[in-house]
Amino acid sequence: MWSVKASVPSLWREAPSRYRLEATECVECGARHYPPREICPRCGSKNLRRVRLPESGKVISFTHVRAPLRGFEYYTPLTLAIIELDDGTRILGQLTDVDPEDVVEGMRVSAVIRIVRVSGETGVVSYALKFRPEMPTGDR
Amino acid sequence: MVRPDRGVGIVGWGVYIPVHRIRAEELARAWGRDWKRFAAGVFVEEKSLPGLDEDTFTIAYEAAKNALRRARIDPKSVRAVYVGTESKPYAVKPTSTMLIEALDLGERSTTGADFEFACKAGTEALEATIGLVGSGMIDYGLVIGADTAQGAPGDPLEYTAASGGAALVIGPVENSIAEIVASHSFVTDTPDFWRRKLVKYPAHTKAFTGVPAYFRHITTAARALMDELGTNPGDYDYAVFHQPNGKFPLRVGKMLGFPKEKILPGLITPKIGNTYSGSSLVGLSAVLDVAKPGQKILVASFGSGAGSDAFHIEVLDGIEEAQALAPRVSDYVNWKRYVDYAIYARNRRMYKMPNDMGAY
Repeated sequence: MWSVKASVPSLWREAPSRYRLEATECVECGARHYPPREICPRCGSKNLRRVRLPESGKVISFTHVRAPLRGFEYYTPLTLAIIELDDGTRILGQLTDVDPEDVVEGMRVSAVIRIVRVSGETGVVSYALKFRPEMPTGDR
Repeated sequence: MVRPDRGVGIVGWGVYIPVHRIRAEELARAWGRDWKRFAAGVFVEEKSLPGLDEDTFTIAYEAAKNALRRARIDPKSVRAVYVGTESKPYAVKPTSTMLIEALDLGERSTTGADFEFACKAGTEALEATIGLVGSGMIDYGLVIGADTAQGAPGDPLEYTAASGGAALVIGPVENSIAEIVASHSFVTDTPDFWRRKLVKYPAHTKAFTGVPAYFRHITTAARALMDELGTNPGDYDYAVFHQPNGKFPLRVGKMLGFPKEKILPGLITPKIGNTYSGSSLVGLSAVLDVAKPGQKILVASFGSGAGSDAFHIEVLDGIEEAQALAPRVSDYVNWKRYVDYAIYARNRRMYKMPNDMGAY
């Protein structure tokens, strides 16, 4: 459960996974976990190493949150999605720069850093990677 | 004019412009004005604005990422990160260190700071980084000019104050796609535009905005640079000036002797507004997106308060390969979603929510 104010120590601790999609990979069974784990939930091994996940993938499933927890009111509607990254790892993430009615399963998305929420006028700004529709480009 | 001891150049460049746009006509409608009479003269058709979850840090991040894609260097070799902005997320807490963390830059001896000089904070950061690389103190530095510029509701500035940014990876000339040959800066204490501490919107004096501020400083810096290098406007393929609106850059170009054909490729403000610290660097990036080896570029920024940094840049081999490695300015300019004034006000956080934990 989120507290109303973001925990500064946990934001600092989680920066590598929030900013850079750092995850853990089980050396024994190869499973990847995001957010990072201490013990592999699949085989129980503690022999894990840090890896960076690919920053693009596709939307597997999604939901729109119109009655959010306190602290997220300004950002409604929030769109949360399960995203399958290009290495097959599935993570829960927030979509951005897309209207709820335009979200479809299978849409290609890529990671961008964005504000998650702000802890009042005096608290810290929480940032993390969110996912937005892949950008159309000219002749590239 | 100053020149570095060892050759310095642009190793990579990149921009970011938020997807959201509001038309000048819609801004005028919200305040009951005839936009043709009130705002058409500034030649800004529409402007970019941040999403609800965007600020100068998120803009700087994406611009920097694009610059690093083109630079193709080990991010750990970046030893200086300087962000020029007048819209820092925190009044006290550097944006540069957030970028170092998020982009996994540098090693233990990395310097980082945020620069402020109104709209020329980005080129001021560039000048400092040229010094570090040119003296041999570091090999690579990351320079960013980015803003979510503020214009008070109903104020003429509201028609131009926009959001976006550009980043340059600066390094040794032998690894560069363009050499920064020399620069000239000119500053004076000119009260054309300011924002006091804890105040949300800037103030400006009409009497100082044009001739005593923008035109005097840019023409002085650019002429001094050309005089000392022995060049003239005919030697340059492109000229990029700070672009507070769509009109001033063409006028200052005419004063200096540049035809509009050399200015238009880097004139982006009419389509996205004035990105303040990003403005002249976004213009330079648009030129680098299409430039060819051997071409010469004159860049002159302007920052209120006031000053101008002018740079002589020569494009090198390898630029065409780098052009394809990241989105171009035109990609961002063309990727847009229009909002009305109500959404604009929301994204600009002009509404005060009850018990607002989301306040920014």
